[in-house]
Amino acid sequence: MDKILEVNDLHISFDTYGGEVKAVRGVTFDLKKGETLAIVGESGSGKSVTTRALARLIPSPPGRIKQGEILFDGKDLAKLKEKEMQQIRGKDISTIFQDPMTSLNPTMKIGNQIMEGLIKHQKMSRAQAKSRAIELLELVGLPNPTERINQYPHQFSGGQRQRVVIAIALACNPKILIADEPTTALDVTIQAQILELMKDIQKKTESSIIFITHDLGVVANVADRVAVMYAGKIVEIGTVDEIFYNPKHPYTWGLLGSMPTLDNTEDSLIAIPGSPPDMLKPPKGDAFAPRNEYALEIDKEMEPPMFKVSDTHYAATWLLHEYAPDIEPPEAVKRRMKGFAKTGAGNSKEGERP
Amino acid sequence: MVRYILQRLGYMLLTLFLIATFSFFLMKMLPGSPMKAEQKLSEAQLEILYEKYNLDDPVPVQYINYLGNLAQGDLGVSFQMNNQPVTALLASRIPVSAHLGFQAMILGTILGMLLGLVAAVRNNSWIDYTSNVISVIGISIPSFIFAGLLQYFVGVKLGLLPIAFWEGFQHTIMPTIALAIFPLAIAARFLRTEMIEVLGSDYIVTARAKGVTKGGIMFKHGLRNALIPLVTVMGPMAVSLMTGTLVIEQIFSIPGIGEQFVTSVTTNDFPVIMGTTLFFAFFFILIILVIDILYGIIDPRIRLAGGKD
Repeated sequence: MDKILEVNDLHISFDTYGGEVKAVRGVTFDLKKGETLAIVGESGSGKSVTTRALARLIPSPPGRIKQGEILFDGKDLAKLKEKEMQQIRGKDISTIFQDPMTSLNPTMKIGNQIMEGLIKHQKMSRAQAKSRAIELLELVGLPNPTERINQYPHQFSGGQRQRVVIAIALACNPKILIADEPTTALDVTIQAQILELMKDIQKKTESSIIFITHDLGVVANVADRVAVMYAGKIVEIGTVDEIFYNPKHPYTWGLLGSMPTLDNTEDSLIAIPGSPPDMLKPPKGDAFAPRNEYALEIDKEMEPPMFKVSDTHYAATWLLHEYAPDIEPPEAVKRRMKGFAKTGAGNSKEGERP
Repeated sequence: MVRYILQRLGYMLLTLFLIATFSFFLMKMLPGSPMKAEQKLSEAQLEILYEKYNLDDPVPVQYINYLGNLAQGDLGVSFQMNNQPVTALLASRIPVSAHLGFQAMILGTILGMLLGLVAAVRNNSWIDYTSNVISVIGISIPSFIFAGLLQYFVGVKLGLLPIAFWEGFQHTIMPTIALAIFPLAIAARFLRTEMIEVLGSDYIVTARAKGVTKGGIMFKHGLRNALIPLVTVMGPMAVSLMTGTLVIEQIFSIPGIGEQFVTSVTTNDFPVIMGTTLFFAFFFILIILVIDILYGIIDPRIRLAGGKD
């Protein structure tokens, strides 16, 4: 598959009164045409910052891209001027935001909110844009689009608003769709519908999706590949199967161990002890070491490089070094991995979370 | 919408009736009488005057008469100003005050909004700090200081503009500027604060993610959402500016209602006090109605709530 986006060694910092917060510290990944890449990690791991940087949506100041490149369509987005970036946002790269209750303009008819991008990027007339907006609302499964187009966001339910947000993002057939926790703010039954909708749309439009979530159930359901982020870095990246059946990084084990599923009722959930590091002063060595029961001496001194597990699977842990002791994932996590292998990761539905 | 406005007009009449009643009885409770203010009149002379103005009737009768006249649009005659009808007095004075207040309001609001917008967009820059200083000065220094400074420098030293009286557009310029500084400062403060908040909200990020330009973000998405608090403070301010400002009218010798109102209070000129109070109340209620309708136009969520009411 062709690469559509390539991110190399991206560093993003926020200048605050307390000092420089290093939110993203060297992230490298690529995105292929038509695939869905999930980025998972706990709050503050830098997943949202990374993806907002792709569309250059980080408010600056205080945020800034310190180094690294974002290659898209022969251009380095990290260095584009704001004016040029406005031509790409909404047209080639669109974003679906987390909270549908706040991400629509309350004083603008939803039709106008959808049409705005069409008129700007596709140079449509108002009439053309309007009929396209109606099409889009049909596509995202909103009944009575011809009437609803003249309504305001407060006249819609949460799930309907998220459909509108998706319609806005899809308006110009973007090559890359960034979904920043699109289902987190919705209730469970609606979550499943929205995920189905996104999968359907991807089939129709063949766009690539970057899907941010901290919900592994959702990942199993939608993603082709998974990147696990911790403290501003990608610690493990691989296909869904590799991450679910053969995880190598202790942090990924922790995430899998703390994920509730229906078919695994005998184990209690395993919590990852401690909390993420202060990104004002990122620790020396491996940032996860203080919370990692398998940490080696070297973890406190040196950051692990990315070790190759397979052509598609990489993990940043010294445990993969040839001199490292052979450490197996904890039993509970192994049982889970087996469970996933038996049922297929894709069968652990997002609706099963409490 | 029509039903809503009619309903509001009904409430307005009720409010006016209550204010007329209150002001009437308050006047009756005041010590002193309009006739005793300056002239030294004998008991007999006073009695003749009381009889002429029906002030010797029992209070309830006076009240009924007052309401009856009011319903016919008769506000009585002034005891002090040569027996002029109050309505004629208001009719000659109010347009002057309203003209001055309106000009000051428009000038102050437009300049203030511009200043506030620029300050919000260039948040924490020198423009923002300058705007801050202007706002603090405008809010904390009373308008008569500006009036005096303008008169001295622009009027006397430079001789550019007339320093007093109300005889044409030139005469309105300095008092308008002196009066406009306060609304300017308030508008700049409120719009800056609200705009910064609005520009930080999620839907602005959504708009940016659509590729909307900076101007579009500001005017199409930002401004409308930032207007509600501004409308809330500017409405009552418009009323107080347009119903006459004693100090500025005095300084510039402008024949407005502000000066007249204060004189009527010190001389117990009941009909003028009540007439002016009633007019101010009417104007205030009217502005509140306008503000409520404006809310609905600006924010569709408020429109719906109002329509169901």
